[in-house]
Amino acid sequence: MSEGIHPIASLLAAVARGITGVQVQWAGCEPDERQRIYFANHTSHLDFVVLWSALPSEIRAKTRPIAARDYWEETPLRRYLVANVFNAVLVERGVMSKAKSHEDAKFVSRSLIEDMAAALGEENSLILFPEGTRGSGEKVGEFRGGIYHLALRRPDVELVPAFMENMNRILPKGEYFPVPMLSLLTFGKPIQVEPGEDKDAFLERAREAVSSLRRIGPA
Amino acid sequence: MMPAAIYDFKLMVLFGGVLCLLVILTAVGRFLKEDHSFNVSRSTVDNFNAQIAAWWKMCVVFVLTLLFGSRGSLAVFGLLSFLALREYMTLVPTRRGDHRTLFWSFFVIMPLQYYLVGVQRYTFFAIMIPVLAYIFIPSSIAIAGDTAHFLERAAKIQFGLMVCGYCLSHAPALLLLKIPGFEGHEARLLLYLGIVDQMNDLLQYVWGKLIGKNKIAWRVSPDKTWEGFLGGMVTATALGTLLWWATPFTPLQSAGMSFMICILGSAGGLVMSATKRDIGIKDFGAVIERRGGILDRIDSLCFAAPIFFHLVRYYFVP
Repeated sequence: MSEGIHPIASLLAAVARGITGVQVQWAGCEPDERQRIYFANHTSHLDFVVLWSALPSEIRAKTRPIAARDYWEETPLRRYLVANVFNAVLVERGVMSKAKSHEDAKFVSRSLIEDMAAALGEENSLILFPEGTRGSGEKVGEFRGGIYHLALRRPDVELVPAFMENMNRILPKGEYFPVPMLSLLTFGKPIQVEPGEDKDAFLERAREAVSSLRRIGPA
Repeated sequence: MMPAAIYDFKLMVLFGGVLCLLVILTAVGRFLKEDHSFNVSRSTVDNFNAQIAAWWKMCVVFVLTLLFGSRGSLAVFGLLSFLALREYMTLVPTRRGDHRTLFWSFFVIMPLQYYLVGVQRYTFFAIMIPVLAYIFIPSSIAIAGDTAHFLERAAKIQFGLMVCGYCLSHAPALLLLKIPGFEGHEARLLLYLGIVDQMNDLLQYVWGKLIGKNKIAWRVSPDKTWEGFLGGMVTATALGTLLWWATPFTPLQSAGMSFMICILGSAGGLVMSATKRDIGIKDFGAVIERRGGILDRIDSLCFAAPIFFHLVRYYFVP
């Protein structure tokens, strides 16, 4: 990827921090330049920018978001933001369900994992919202399988759970104007796929790792 | 505006007194923190020091008020209101259907309140939140269409706007009162309110620690005792009476005003404690550490300011 951070990205990060007044707590690990996959609950468009802005700038420069292609390629503005500003990795969402045959699904999902692994490369980190879509904020939804496959494909990369509180109240799905409430962001203890652990067990554990970081309680 | 405040001798004496007291208290706080030979718990010392830090910040707010005149102080208090409302709304549960109402509360109702205070539309700013917002908020929630906990939600938002916005806006509104023979000295009224209100808090705490036995409302606020309440009120009222020379009041009137400020300040503290219990937190600042705690400091002021304003306006402004 190109070196440095796009000025618009820095600006948006500053604005998002101002609106959300986010308070970051590194509860289970410290900020580190090693390669990581940050995975968090997803309730708002501000989630990525806020999580990203919470990382120290040298880490931020090497951290890319995973974004859904169908949504983020819809308008020119969105395309510009993901491609030029945030250097996002675009992935197909719901390929398994859309695929015509079992073989088809396997093929597309494998290429999806390869895309993400390639985006990680030698030095990058990723931000991933495994629920795949924005939820209401009441509870963390079920995780999709991508994170499991990616973790198996790149066992050297640390998986760091994060929980973002109040984001759904600041800018919920379907609203355009934010309400400046305060949000909390907590990074938890890294997890990994245990030997012999199957997909469902891991995904449930990963989900639990995220939702256990809640500090205030459901709004 | 700015030079007027500097040449106001009585104001400078009053504020100088506050600063001297703060310097002494700060020294005492430092001493208690270093020296462990006294029988005071760590948390008490930390509380004490946090309170002193908050008073220094209040002094900064007051100095800004003097430097930038009434407009500037409206901006400063408007920002305080905004931050307090932010703190309150963060911790009070609201629902998805409240989003737009909240947006209006933060970005339209609150600025409008301060604007109306600033342009001195008394009849309008006095009814802005109690009447207009009171009608607007439930209407706007109803339009959003979610009826679950409807009454609760409307009341919570209204309460937040009243306490953080409406009530607090009466403190800078004091600067705009036109009292015959007192022109240019309005900042003294604000300082007077702040001193009596905060000293009441401090003295209640001190008396409570010294001789407190009988709890007032132990469910709400376990530290508050009748001895602390009465002792604090009597001494803070006495102090306020002694400050009559800085105000347009006679000593007797000053005693009455101070007494009112003490009663209302205590009520404010108690109400906000009850609110915190209801939400299930101990301090507004405890959950949202660095950015919290404004409400914990201004709770008593919020209740004392509007009544003090209206009393002064009713009896001293023709």
